[in-house]
Amino acid sequence: MKAYAEDPVLLRNLGKPEVRTVAGYRAAGGYRALEQALRMQPDEVIEAVKASGLRGRGGAGFPTGMKWGFVPKDAEVQKYLVVNADESEPGTFKDRVLMEHDPHQLIEGSAICCWAVGATVCYIYVRGEYVAPADIVEEAIGDAYREGVLGESVLGSGFRLDMLVHRGAGAYICGEETGLLESLEGKRGQPRVKPPFPALVGAFGKPTVINNVETLACVPHIIERGAEWFKGIGTDERNTGPKLYAVSGHVERPGTYELPIGVTFQELLDACGGVWQGRDLKAFIPGGASAPVLTAADRDVRMDFDSLAKAGSMLGSAAVMVLDETTSMLQVAKRVAKFFNHESCGQCTPCREGTHWLELILQQGTHGIGSHREMDLVGAVCKQIGGNSLCALGDAAAMGVGPIVAKFRDEILAEIAAARPAGHASPLPVLQASH
Amino acid sequence: MSEPVAEGRRGLPPEAREELHRLRPLYPTARALTLPALHLAQRAWGGWLPEEAILAVAEELQLPAAEVYGVVTFYDLFHEQPVGRHRIRVCTNVPCMLRGSAEVMATLGELLGVEEGEVTADGRCSFVHFECLGACEHAPMMMVDDTYHYDLDRETVRSIVEGLE
Ligand SMILES: Cc1cc2nc3c(=O)[nH]c(=O)nc-3n(C[C@H](O)[C@H](O)[C@H](O)COP(=O)(O)O)c2cc1C
Ligand code: SF4
Ligand code: FES
Repeated sequence: MKAYAEDPVLLRNLGKPEVRTVAGYRAAGGYRALEQALRMQPDEVIEAVKASGLRGRGGAGFPTGMKWGFVPKDAEVQKYLVVNADESEPGTFKDRVLMEHDPHQLIEGSAICCWAVGATVCYIYVRGEYVAPADIVEEAIGDAYREGVLGESVLGSGFRLDMLVHRGAGAYICGEETGLLESLEGKRGQPRVKPPFPALVGAFGKPTVINNVETLACVPHIIERGAEWFKGIGTDERNTGPKLYAVSGHVERPGTYELPIGVTFQELLDACGGVWQGRDLKAFIPGGASAPVLTAADRDVRMDFDSLAKAGSMLGSAAVMVLDETTSMLQVAKRVAKFFNHESCGQCTPCREGTHWLELILQQGTHGIGSHREMDLVGAVCKQIGGNSLCALGDAAAMGVGPIVAKFRDEILAEIAAARPAGHASPLPVLQASH
Repeated sequence: MSEPVAEGRRGLPPEAREELHRLRPLYPTARALTLPALHLAQRAWGGWLPEEAILAVAEELQLPAAEVYGVVTFYDLFHEQPVGRHRIRVCTNVPCMLRGSAEVMATLGELLGVEEGEVTADGRCSFVHFECLGACEHAPMMMVDDTYHYDLDRETVRSIVEGLE
């Protein structure tokens, strides 16, 4: 594993296989936060998470404590926690690292959440490709049952909690929270219309909290070290805590980096050993394929929710893709478009047809077909998709593809011209978007 | 509704049914077992889901076969066509593309002598490109059956493929 934090919080147990058992995790200081939480009133736990400023690490950055507060207090009603471990946003791999290296940290955070909102069943929805991470979490859950951390009476408190791994089967859209719920219920993972929001009508029609793996991994530390400590890390009171950045692409040392939220991109890049092979930076995508691309000129931006939004992009899942000076932006744009075309669930016409056309237009470009007209068309299609689709995948496609073409238009046009076969002003091969 | 198991048609193997019975109390509906059941069925039917397997799942969960079929077609890890004994999925999303996934695809084509999506004549392997597999720090990478293989180049791809039975 590759990770390089000075004083890690979330990754403190990295590379210590003994923490995969309850005994080993306890020896490393684990499960004290859960004990402490069980001595608190559920509302006090929610207040602490609210006070910490923790915002969701799955992509949208919604305040976690507030989300928990929306769950009805009615003790009679069945409630669920669903952990979003679908992690399929291109460039993202931090949740895999958390599950592989410290499964009990996730179990502890999830158990604290369940206590806080009164959920008695927790499903951990792991993407189907993550066979090994799911196995590791499943084994840890088994051990937690044997050691009395889960089951009949959590740590002897009388609070009953069941937890289990549910394996997905390969579909990015199942990371979208309502697509995930449909999938968990055994259906095609097609997102639902909101409202109602899952906090009121979620899994199996019951109030449900959905949180990302990393979000929940923060929770034990907030309980144990306090909201003030958590708030003391980061840019300001809206962007708090330690953050995992999954850095990939053209850097010397790709990996999961734990740093205070709000480090600048340049600081992060330095931590990764810089751009590889001594090359220069051309661009970077700061938050997964859904995030608008930024250019080398933006390198001093702070990598937090609000600073990236101000810079016209987003933190998203904090999957940072670094593109060096030799990168073909046409190829990157085409690949991103291909991804969204493949993953669109097909419910909404703008998203289904729009992503198809985006891939086609850019695919054509790689065969030498395309001019200003096609570049304008990309912009127009993105505009049609954005805001006209049921879930955020449509917007993500527009944000992921549109800005690459807008910001690197001349370069892409030059690439298209260079790809044009000699002697053909406008060849017209039969093109088909791939699935 | 699902039809009774026809003469000569296989149902889910007993171990799979046992596993589903173990899981049943953990979910409020039987339908929630659709994905677990399809995973089990796909393993039992050699890596893909012929009609027989889909009918067996529908029967077991008392669901309309058409609905189970609809689920199968939605997910990339469920196959309606025969696959090789070993299924190779090569990540070609941006981070892997930036570090050489095209070479991994080309190498597999050469080594196996088939196009993407085809099964080798001996039924041993099939390979496809795939979306981000969530291990981009080790790009380029691929998944062979249930196992991730990291930091690939021509040589590592060759030795992995040669090691497959
Ligand atoms: C297309 C799409 C894919 C998503 N994929 C994921 C994912 O893989 N993991 C995740 O945690 N959140 C994902 N999200 C965000 C979830 O919808 C949801 O906001 C999140 O799980 C809430 O948890 P959090 O508040 O802890 O971040 C995705 C959203 C969209 C629109
Ligand atoms: S926006 Fe796209 S992915 Fe989302 S529901 Fe509509 S078609 Fe499906
Ligand atoms: S892009 Fe290949 S694993 Fe993420």
